Amino acid sequence: MKKNIINKIWEQHVVQSAAGFPDTLYIDRILLHEVTSAQAFAELKKRGIKIRNKDNILATIDHSIPTDKNRAVIQDSIARTQVDTLRNNCKETGVKIYDIESKHQGIVHVVGPEVGFTLPGKTIICGDSHTSTHGAFGALAFGVGTSEITHAMATNCILQDKPKTFKVEFKGTPSKLFTAKDAVLKLIAEIGIGGAQGCVIEYVGEYIRGLSMEERMTICNMSIECGARAGLVAPDETTFAYLAGREYTPKGDDFTKAKQAWLRLTTDEGATYDQEVIVDVENALPMITWGINPEHAIAIDKTIPTINDGGDIPTLEKAYAYTKLQPAQKIAGTPIDFVFIGSCTNGRIEDLRAVAKVLDNRKVASNVTMYIVPGSEQVLAQAREEKLDVIFANAGADFRMPGCSMCLAMNPDKVPEGKRCVSTSNRNFIGRQGPNSITHLASPQTAAASAVKGYIASEGDL
Amino acid sequence: MEKFITITSKVIPVNLDNVDTDMIIPAQHLKSVSKEGFGQHLFSNLRQMYPDFILNQPAYANGEVLISKSNFGCGSSREHAAWAIQQYGIKVVICSSFGDIFLNNSAKNGILLITLPEATIEKWINLSLADSTLKIDINLEKQTVTFAGDTHTFEYDSFRKHCLINGLDDLDYLLSLNTEITQYEQKNCTTSW
Ligand code: SF4
Repeated sequence: MKKNIINKIWEQHVVQSAAGFPDTLYIDRILLHEVTSAQAFAELKKRGIKIRNKDNILATIDHSIPTDKNRAVIQDSIARTQVDTLRNNCKETGVKIYDIESKHQGIVHVVGPEVGFTLPGKTIICGDSHTSTHGAFGALAFGVGTSEITHAMATNCILQDKPKTFKVEFKGTPSKLFTAKDAVLKLIAEIGIGGAQGCVIEYVGEYIRGLSMEERMTICNMSIECGARAGLVAPDETTFAYLAGREYTPKGDDFTKAKQAWLRLTTDEGATYDQEVIVDVENALPMITWGINPEHAIAIDKTIPTINDGGDIPTLEKAYAYTKLQPAQKIAGTPIDFVFIGSCTNGRIEDLRAVAKVLDNRKVASNVTMYIVPGSEQVLAQAREEKLDVIFANAGADFRMPGCSMCLAMNPDKVPEGKRCVSTSNRNFIGRQGPNSITHLASPQTAAASAVKGYIASEGDL
Repeated sequence: MEKFITITSKVIPVNLDNVDTDMIIPAQHLKSVSKEGFGQHLFSNLRQMYPDFILNQPAYANGEVLISKSNFGCGSSREHAAWAIQQYGIKVVICSSFGDIFLNNSAKNGILLITLPEATIEKWINLSLADSTLKIDINLEKQTVTFAGDTHTFEYDSFRKHCLINGLDDLDYLLSLNTEITQYEQKNCTTSW
């Protein structure tokens, strides 16, 4: 039977399947961070269960740490407890942790791929919904709750119902200003925040094939925002070139063999999916969100939709009120207060390079505070090596230490009450970047151009 | 986990619709890195605000079955709500409908959730409010529940039933598959990557 890559990876990982029971799915890799792992370690300890394979686990700290130079000192007592608990748990159990003095600390979804821990064909879980990022490598990667983390640590397995499969193809040649972030925002705007509920997406087609690994990660990262459990891209030469030589990537002969095995995972010609959609990106322009969920995204030259344009009216009305924007108003030109570059969506080196290109010989507008937060220590080191930090400093942006930062209001980096931020993160929910803060999701290029202009603008406006 | 086949217990009637997870375990009790100690905070805000709230009444103490109305466990996804209920000593919750995520979280923590028609719930709540000594009989094997001479059958997921009857939670169940997992590993986890 002809199969798609999602079904192939699933079937390879089913340990047991029985009628009326969820599948017992083998998990190859577990990623941990300080916010959702403590109860898992505690439960194992309480029940006297050993970790089945600690080599399959990697921990980092990212969510609740500050990103200033002095970040080792955590003022918030709960955040400090979370971080210390993870440190102690890793020490006691021998699980590898990338702590802040290591060269690899960073956002869990940036770090995993960077060290080659994320590999094609693997099942990967983490107590964080944006685990879908790792799908860019042709892995089946999804977010789970603390219970499932516990299950996987104890048995390398979790119980899961088989997901539906969903094929997404971007078709056409977009404008030069259109980025991978814009592509995924366009997808979400078209199919809606529940459009891929219960599905795993495979992204296919020439547009995806032409993207770098980092761009593919941006797209897979936001799969969850249209309701998908995960999103993935079949591995190809771009994947292999990225992986070659990384710490956990197989070496020499093993790498050749691995590549052959990974290529066999790709979807068979003529295989079917439960759902399919084509997103037309011909001549498409950069996207930006105007409202309170990622589906509220429009092209940057467009006006804010009215209630006659479709959509749930109470949500739209809530969105107009919260974002202080009027239906039919132009989104471009809206004055802003903050710009955040970073997160597991757009905190990688290519994102920082794109931002540096925009900021080079320019200044951040006087009404704007701009945070540039590298996704990891490695991204930070690379940016320094390329002297991007100098460009950021000259432009008047604040280049900070790695972490989740302003993506979620869980550490000291917050957008103040009532302020408007153009952000490269993935969620524009009410209060996500701080109580009563207003978020506009966009690409790094659009965010940087807006920082220079002081209002919502695209690179083309410079 | 304890095996669950039959239970005979007093009932705790919580005469409310839409009991959300914030009521079950208020947010101020979530700032914890442990999974323990939530039982004592079950419904803590309601208990503080209303001295005659059912959990404050000694006559209903140590009931293992809670009955409430529709949409029980709606709201935030916190698994802490299920932990609080389980740690308080409640083994069964009977309602006319449940919040979706709560349903999943409860199953993971070995709490039996039973859905019954609204009219039955209404009647049983009133009966138990009038007489705290009435006992309820639940038979999971047969999927029946009997209260004050009324017997109902209820639907239940076959996997969840298997786990409860054998005293397994999801983790115990997975641990019981150790042989299968080892065989899987011997066959499939053979490469260096
Ligand atoms: S950067 Fe944001 S979305 Fe990504 S892991 Fe951190 S908090 Fe979650």
